[in-house]
Order: sequence, then structure tokens, then C-alpha cells
Amino acid sequence: MDEATGTGLPNRPGAQRMRWKYLDNILTRHGPFTDPDWEPGEAAIEGLARAKLLGAGGLGCEILKNLALSGFQDIHVIDMDTIDVSNLNRQFLFRQADVGKYKAEVAAKFVEKRVKGVKITPYCGKIQDKDEEYYKQFAIIVCGLDSIEARRWINATLVGMVDDQDPDSMKPLIDGGTEGFKGQARVIFPTMTSCIECQLDMHAPRAAVPLCTLATIPRQPQHCIEWAHIIAWEEERKDITLDNDDPEHITWLYQKALTRAQEFNIPGVTYSMTQGVVKNIIPAIASTNAIVAASCCNEAFKLATSTNPFLGFPGTDNYMMYTGDESIYTYTFQHMKKSDCPVCGDDNIARPLQVDSDFTLQEFLDSLAERPEAQLKKPSIRSQEKSLYYQFPPDLREQTRPNLSKKLYELVQNGEEVVITDPAFPLTFKYKLVFK
Amino acid sequence: MLKIWSMKQKQQQDEAAATGGAKKKKVTAAQLRVQKDLSELSLGSTMKTNFPNPDDILNFTLTIEPDEGMYKGGRFIFDFKINQNFPHDPPKVKCTQKIYHPNIDLEGNVCLNILREDWKPVLNLNAVIVGLQFLFLEPNASDPLNKDAAEDLKANREGFKRNVRLSLGGGNVGKQTFDRVLK
Ligand SMILES: [Zn+2]
Repeated sequence: MDEATGTGLPNRPGAQRMRWKYLDNILTRHGPFTDPDWEPGEAAIEGLARAKLLGAGGLGCEILKNLALSGFQDIHVIDMDTIDVSNLNRQFLFRQADVGKYKAEVAAKFVEKRVKGVKITPYCGKIQDKDEEYYKQFAIIVCGLDSIEARRWINATLVGMVDDQDPDSMKPLIDGGTEGFKGQARVIFPTMTSCIECQLDMHAPRAAVPLCTLATIPRQPQHCIEWAHIIAWEEERKDITLDNDDPEHITWLYQKALTRAQEFNIPGVTYSMTQGVVKNIIPAIASTNAIVAASCCNEAFKLATSTNPFLGFPGTDNYMMYTGDESIYTYTFQHMKKSDCPVCGDDNIARPLQVDSDFTLQEFLDSLAERPEAQLKKPSIRSQEKSLYYQFPPDLREQTRPNLSKKLYELVQNGEEVVITDPAFPLTFKYKLVFK
Repeated sequence: MLKIWSMKQKQQQDEAAATGGAKKKKVTAAQLRVQKDLSELSLGSTMKTNFPNPDDILNFTLTIEPDEGMYKGGRFIFDFKINQNFPHDPPKVKCTQKIYHPNIDLEGNVCLNILREDWKPVLNLNAVIVGLQFLFLEPNASDPLNKDAAEDLKANREGFKRNVRLSLGGGNVGKQTFDRVLK
């Protein structure tokens, strides 16, 4: 496998390249939709093979297979999960003997074996384990994450990475997600087009059952599990932090839920249902996953090669929704960037601000009051780590007041981001404090 | 990709000053939103907050001292835990004392619709504290979390009031001993 580390084209020329015949047809000639500036041929094929991609999360099998079969040769994959028996029905890269092993590792090995010349680098862990340095190495990031939290994290990270001086710092994010028969594929150019945070309203909030129902009259097996999760754990294991990935913890919840279900004569509580409810897993339908993952990977291909117009080009459609629960319907539209988006909004990109590090915080705030774009009256200010000064509530004001007489260099580092809010304005001011 | 980048360059004519070498630490979306929410809290004279670690605005307590209703004279302390997924997720709120209330169980879990099923990201922390305050003015027997208390309230409002007074002083109601929460 080593000769195929993404440099050159180990499969060419010769019979093996036949596998890519149809792909080559696209890559070696102009079509009606190709960009006039694009050069088909050798360079296009090589560019595709060299593009380093990251695939993350739940649509893993589909995305890996599709990327490999689209001609990408340097693929990284992140997934924290291990293989469960219940995955085998649709996650086709896994076999019975793989149960218990890390998905990323098994999937990487499988695809490398089947698609010669592809190098897949697995990482078994959370996307949050990695920092900007890691994400910098990729050309495109393709995500099929199963939680909104993980999506928001990667989104904020990629938006935060964009450095106006460096074209390479903007990483297109292709995000796919499904829920039963519904799904969506979207492409985001961080800071340029509508981001996941701008689009948060597209996610239906999770349906929660009233706490009193859980406590008094459970009607469904899920209610018993939620009861074990929210109430019983707190009562009996308060001092242990619940870890959704710890089998012992899930087993404990499962036993509790089962006992409660028996009391109320409710059938149907199982271990995997417990896992599903606790981790808020939405049941996956294999074909919906396949449709959405395929759409994501085609966009990755077009983005990497410029052979055809792609979803998400600034100023055009960037969101494809697929609805299959009531007959079938797809709709592609442009979701507009929100200027007040807390992650990518124009008001929220930290502006560099030259400051005298010998200024006290009070002097700095006073100087802000004079800045034409700010003119703040009652500013509250924080950095990621510190509450620098809060006007409200009173106890926070008392606790942060001593900071007013401290010098800026004692409170923040050179280049650190601060945010300032003022009840008089709906806006937020973000500044990157650059010491003079 | 280069084409898109040149579009971006055109988009912004902003000056781009060189920044320092410090590792970029971003204020998170949750912190930002909580900061905004805090400046909009109307605590009035009956509520106050306490931040054990002032740098951490996602974890704090709220003290409510109702000045009317059956719980008047009590001092109730709620623990707020806000995660990084706020405001998509509601804050986690628990009463830190064992109190006698139909909508709060003996572990401090609170049955308030906007803390669970009716939470929406457009709601803010002020809506939550208003909701909590309301629970002390109008305890609600139809959404019971403490069934015994709810039944007491339904069966005999005056008897319920007496139980509340007893419990506030740290007395027993039924088999349970409650925390003394009088000011
Ligand atoms: Zn945004």
C-alpha cells in the first residue's frame, strides 16, 4: 500500500486504470458546464488524487466508499465509535468478526484493500480532539456527524480558522445529515456563505417528553429509559458523571429502565434502545444515508476538480433537502448568511484593534466609547477564558470590578479575542487585541 | 478554489492588520449568548445570582425570595448549568434544597415546560427565571413531580398552605423531612 501515498498515479497506465475510465472521461475533456478556466487532463487527474480529504462521523461507510471510488487517494477519517452488532445491517464495511473494533480502523483497512491506490488514515476519537493545525492540512471536509453539537463545533472551528491573508485557510465544509426518510446536503464556505450556525433553525428541536410524564405516568418504553437517564441516575449515582460511551453506564440505565417498565407493564425496553435514547440517536435508514452521502461526495468531487458547477458556490444555491417520507421531494435553495450569526456574522468576525497594552481595562473601555462604530455606554467584556468586566448582574459586577484597574497585558494575550456587548445594542463587538 | 478566494478578497476591503502570535482562543457561541442574556435579566428585588467562578458564566446559582404567595419568606436556591450547545439545548436547572412543592421533586428536578419540551432557542434566561418565580406564586397540581404535594394541593388548599409553612421551617410533611429554607 505504501507506494500509493497519494503522490503520482500508481494505477496508471495499464489495465488497472480501466477502473477509472468513466471518471477519466469527465476529467480529460471540456463539458458544457465546465469552468472555461479549467484545464482538463493529466493535471486534473493528479489534482484529484492529491487532494487530502477528511470524512467524519456517522455516514462514514458510505462517504469513505464514495470518496475512494470518486478517485480521491488521500483520505482521512475520524470516528469515535466502535462497531456494534446492530450496525452490520447497513454499515457494509463491517463484518461479524469486527464487532467491538473501531469503525474508523476497520473501514480504512477494508476500503484500502478494495480500492487499490487509496490511502486512508483513520483516527479513532472525537473531532473535538483535533485542533486547527490538524484541520489545516485538508482541502475539503466532508461530515456526516450525528449530533448538532458536533456540527456546530466543526463549523465554528472552520470559520475561526479563516485567515484573510491565506487562501489556504478557508476549508469548504460539506455536511450531510439524515433523519429517517429525510436528509440534507449542504456546502459551506466558511465566512463567505451561510454556515451551520446561520442554519440552526433548519433543525427541528428534539422532541422532549414533559418531566412529569416521565416521573408519574410513563406510557412508552422510551419514557422509562428517559426516567432512568434523567431521574434515577441523579438519585442514585449523582457523583458519577454519566458517560454515554461507557457500556457499564448504559447497562445500568438499561436495567433501571427495564425494572420500571415492568412495574408499569410496558414492553419493549432493550439495550440498544437505551443506547439510542440516551445518545439521542435518530434511527438511520440505510438508503437515505446512501442518497445523502452520495450527494455530498459528488459535490466533493466537483469542488476538487472544477469539472462542473457545485452546490454552495457563493451567491448560488447551497442547501439540498431531500424529503422521502411523503412520496418524494427534493428542493435546492440558497440559505442566506445571517449578518447577526454568532459564528460567522459580519458583526462577529473579530476585527483587529491596535491597543496600548499599558492601558487599564477602564481606559480601554473608555476609549471604546469614543470609537464611532462602538459608542458603548454600558459595555460588558470577556475573553474566552476570563470574564473581564460585567455590568450585570450585580454579583458578577462586584467580582469583575477589580479588573478595571488592571493593565491589558495582565488580562489578555497579544492577539487574543474579546467580545463586548452592551444592552443598548443588539450587536456584539468582537475585537482581536493587537498590542502596539 | 482560488476563484472563490478572490471573490472573498473582493468582498472585504477591510484592512487586515497583523495579529500577535497568541493561540487564537475564541469566545464560544454559548458564552456569547449567555453574556447577552445576563445583561437582559430582570432580577428585581426578589432574585439574585451568584457566580462561584466569575470567569465561568455558564455555571451559577439563582436565589429566589418570593415576596408574595404561600412561599413568601423562603429562600430558594437553583443551580444553573449551561452547556456549549446553548441556546439549542435549554439550561439545566435544579433546586439545591429539598423542598415541598408539587412541581419540584425531592431531588430538586423542576417541572417547567420551557426547561424541556417547550424550550426554543429564542427563549432566554430571563424567561426561565420568570418561569421559576411563577412556580412559587402558582404551584400547579396538574403537572406533578412531587405527587404527594400535588395531591395535598388538589385535596385541600388550606392544608397544603400549612404544609408549605411547615416545610419551609425544616419540618416534616408526611414521611419527609424538608430543608429549612427560611430567610
Ligand atoms: Zn453563520
